Amino acid sequence: MLSDFPLWPDQASTVAPSVDALMTFMCVVTGTVSVLIFIVIFYLAIKYRRTPENQLAQDYEPPKALEAAWIIIPFLVFMFMFVWGSWLYFRIQRVPDNALDIYATGKQWMWKFQHPGGQREINTLHVPVGRPIRITMASEDVIHSLYFPAFRVKCDVLPNRYKEMWFQATKTGRFHIFCAEYCGTLHSGMTGWVEVMEPTDYQKWLAGGAEGSLASQGETLFQKYACSTCHTNDATGRGPVLIGVYGTNVMLNDGTTVVADENYIRESILNPQAKIVKGFTGIMPTFQGQMSEDDLLKLVSYVHSLGAQKTAATPMEAPSALMGAGTPPPQKGTKP
Amino acid sequence: MSSVTVNDARFVEPEGARNYITHDYGALSWLLTKDHKRIAILYLFSITALFMLGGFFAVVMRIELLTPEGDLLTSDTYNKFFTLHGIVMIFFFLIPSIPAVLGNFLLPLMLGAKDLAFPKINLLSWYLYIIAAVMGLYIIITGGVDTGWTFYTPFSTQYSNTHVFGVTFAAFIVGFSSILTGLNFLVTIHRMRAPGLTWFRLPLFVWAMYATSIVQLLATPVLAITLVMLMFERVVHVGIFDPALGGDPLLFQHMFWFYSHPAVYIMILPAMGVASEVVAAFTRKKIFGYSFVAYSSLAIAFLGFLVWAHHMFVAGISVYSAMIFSFLSYFVAVPSAIKVFNWTATLYRGSVALMTPMLYILGFIGLFTIGGVTGLFLAAIGLDVHVTDTYFVVAHFHYIMVGGAVMAYMAGLHYWWPKITGRMYPEWWARLAALLIFAGFNLTFFPQFILGYLGMPRRYHAYAPEFQVLNVMSTAGASVLAVGYALPLCYLIWSLWYGRPAGPNPWGAVGLEWTTASPPPMENFHETPVVTWDAYDYPAMLKAMGETQNV
Amino acid sequence: MSVVTNEHPAHEHHPFLQHHFEDLAQQHEASTLGMWMFLATEILFFGGVLCAYWVYRILYPEAWSLGAEQQNKLFGGLNTIVLIISSLTMALAVRNAQLGKRKSTVAMLFATLVFGSTFLAIKGFEYWQHYHEGLFPGVNFTWHEVPALAPKVQLFMTFYWGMTGLHALHMVIGAGLLLWMMARAWRGDFGPEYYAPVEIMGLYWHFVDIVWIFLFPFLYLIPGVHHV
Repeated sequence: MLSDFPLWPDQASTVAPSVDALMTFMCVVTGTVSVLIFIVIFYLAIKYRRTPENQLAQDYEPPKALEAAWIIIPFLVFMFMFVWGSWLYFRIQRVPDNALDIYATGKQWMWKFQHPGGQREINTLHVPVGRPIRITMASEDVIHSLYFPAFRVKCDVLPNRYKEMWFQATKTGRFHIFCAEYCGTLHSGMTGWVEVMEPTDYQKWLAGGAEGSLASQGETLFQKYACSTCHTNDATGRGPVLIGVYGTNVMLNDGTTVVADENYIRESILNPQAKIVKGFTGIMPTFQGQMSEDDLLKLVSYVHSLGAQKTAATPMEAPSALMGAGTPPPQKGTKP
Repeated sequence: MSSVTVNDARFVEPEGARNYITHDYGALSWLLTKDHKRIAILYLFSITALFMLGGFFAVVMRIELLTPEGDLLTSDTYNKFFTLHGIVMIFFFLIPSIPAVLGNFLLPLMLGAKDLAFPKINLLSWYLYIIAAVMGLYIIITGGVDTGWTFYTPFSTQYSNTHVFGVTFAAFIVGFSSILTGLNFLVTIHRMRAPGLTWFRLPLFVWAMYATSIVQLLATPVLAITLVMLMFERVVHVGIFDPALGGDPLLFQHMFWFYSHPAVYIMILPAMGVASEVVAAFTRKKIFGYSFVAYSSLAIAFLGFLVWAHHMFVAGISVYSAMIFSFLSYFVAVPSAIKVFNWTATLYRGSVALMTPMLYILGFIGLFTIGGVTGLFLAAIGLDVHVTDTYFVVAHFHYIMVGGAVMAYMAGLHYWWPKITGRMYPEWWARLAALLIFAGFNLTFFPQFILGYLGMPRRYHAYAPEFQVLNVMSTAGASVLAVGYALPLCYLIWSLWYGRPAGPNPWGAVGLEWTTASPPPMENFHETPVVTWDAYDYPAMLKAMGETQNV
Repeated sequence: MSVVTNEHPAHEHHPFLQHHFEDLAQQHEASTLGMWMFLATEILFFGGVLCAYWVYRILYPEAWSLGAEQQNKLFGGLNTIVLIISSLTMALAVRNAQLGKRKSTVAMLFATLVFGSTFLAIKGFEYWQHYHEGLFPGVNFTWHEVPALAPKVQLFMTFYWGMTGLHALHMVIGAGLLLWMMARAWRGDFGPEYYAPVEIMGLYWHFVDIVWIFLFPFLYLIPGVHHV
């Protein structure tokens, strides 16, 4: 019977129970205090009601210590809530290592998801259970917000900037995806489903729809846009070598360093003058306006795949047929 | 329980004496008045009309939300409705309501002054409000706006095909109405207190209006410049907030919320001021911890400027920023808690009369408490990630704005109605309306907390079917609420002709406003009072009267 | 209660005492406090756009210094001096009003108006120049010396035109108010007991001057940054 009137969504992620625990704590504490206040008000209003005998209030000043008590005690309680909330927030923000990467694009009014193996989905996201999933996302137009109520996580999706969120699903099933930032006419239609599957089922699903990994499509674009003309495989090129760059600290020509993450790569393509690598001049042309968000994603994925720390996705218990996709070019000698 | 009368011959007007209503006649004598009481009445009519307009949008939305599909309105129309509901209710009802109606009317009376410091600027405030309202109405009729009252970019600058420029310009103008009101109040409180009326003898309503006016004065200009930049961007498209051209949509959010968070304190501080007055009057006691309540108003005004980015926890601010704003948000809850505890403590050993204003205020205390504590939920960042941008937030702010501010406004309207009109309202109808409003309100908005936690996002025209039961409950509550609001409209108008005439002090309350006739003469006091007593000095006042009260 | 009567005998008070005030002193204090409060709103108003300006300055330092290079420092500097002198004449006007020197008050107000108008004329000329150099954002922006940075330089110019335009608007309003004050001073309205309007005019004028003291270094004096 109670399941007909749920008070909270499915607990389908590793953080969901923690979020619900904090929620329960908040409800109990604030509910108790509120009910206490109501009872006190009710009681006092009746006990001291105005009667012919009680026309004027009694001259009485409660002790000042009472005032101090109900300043200090609430403050301490609030601080406890703050600490718990912040701790939980850190857990939600910090992406675990070896997360599976998914790329998402929000646009009016649909969600596009891309798996590293190149599989693309619209408004549906298939993920394996029990594995951290990191979603890197941007918007093609206005601000959206990717929300998974069952996982208790949401994150605004901005134009021209990558943001990250992560979750780890703890049970299989089908759960809502909602857009949670008003984005125009069909904001309430920008919904979908996340399908959490057993790892073997997930592999089967993956095998169904590969069209060449994101990274290999990116490699094609790398040639098409003539990036390889300057970014050669050795130090003779006019541009910095990109192999092994992803995830490292890059020294710029003004002396500062920057971490080569997705945002850096994206900015380097769209606005190469913003950060110039030490020892190079700013001769790279900008590709702003010349490539779509999809193309950008593929190129970023390709450079990522050339990276030092982040090699191909940790091998899962997967049929070997799948391992053709998503592997980096064999420069570093890593085996697929 | 019938009402209390205090017959003090000094304050009963001779037959045929003129008050501010009967002082002169003709539309122009009202439209060109400089008298603060008449300007308050002008505002009363205007905001009542706009409240009904804002309410209309809400009613239609709630009817649409009876079913999961979007079958009553098109998506675009629904989006315009929630946008206009927000804009009308916030800028044209809540922000002016208590300050422009009750504050305008009462402040000089409470201070023993003849008028506000700048009467012509007061009239200008009203005209700015009207000009903005007319512009807004024109925009509504010619297509409305669909950006949400928050105008987030780049949707509002690049993508919306509606009258964004017009509405932001109207909001810009009504902002100046608010600024000028605040300026007027601040100077009046500083410079026009009656002899002997020191700061700590002031009624708590004055302290609340003082704190509100500080916020109106300092926060609203930031909204003004933000809207100017938005308007510029809308027309010229240079990329101030457009990421494709190097702009930053988060900059808009920061600037917008820098005003809009303090704005909520503009809406609630006056309500708290009314609560203090009503609790004192209907317990016949000085508010417990008077100076703490006074200082807490100032603390809320100050701290309210420091917490704006708690509206942006998932928007893309850094983790450390988020923590700082979360911490400060908990800080600002403390002064509000102080007030709630102090009002409650005032009841102890008081003489509690449950007349309509007191019923509204007791409801206010309860609902504001619920609304306020749900703010604590939102300030816990880990929890906010799940509930932000859902109906949880919608429920939270409606508890404070409607369950809080509107109920306090109704309380104040009823409490000072005899002073403003010289008539009593019908007590039993008023109590019925208060109860209907309380019940209807809770039925409307409590289910929305649950809807939010279940994951239903805000601003949704159509929703997942499993949310329907709670939505139907909410709409049912809204219908009760609508009846509750319709009743006062009827009986308050009725009372203007048929209500029992009120004497100067029908409640037996302490306050300078109760020492002059109901309605007051044009110049407020025939003789400027010289104040030698503390605020809410009930024992002294009533001893001086030497009267026994008739209950 | 003691009696302070509100009935006033047939106009024995100062002609400019407004009836809701007890006396001229209270009226004076209220007026000046009101003007200070209004200036507080103006600080927040200009402050908002200055903050936005500063955010972008940190994000785009090269574009910002390129934008500053487009400004005419000579005119800007001249305008700064003109405005500071106008503040001096304004202060003298207040002093003269306080001393009841009718003709000197008018003269100083007039001098302030002259300097203010000079400022506006120089600014107008700068605007005309900038427009013809293709530096008006959106409508007529043809500056492309460093193409990659052009959109950001356009953003700088948006702030330039916006901030100086807002300032100029305040000056125009100030000029109108000066004319009004001159008329009142000529009529002999002001003297030792009643000079508040001139004083608050002075407060407003000084504020507009101070805003320019911020705008000038922000918009004209950003040092160059090496850009490729």
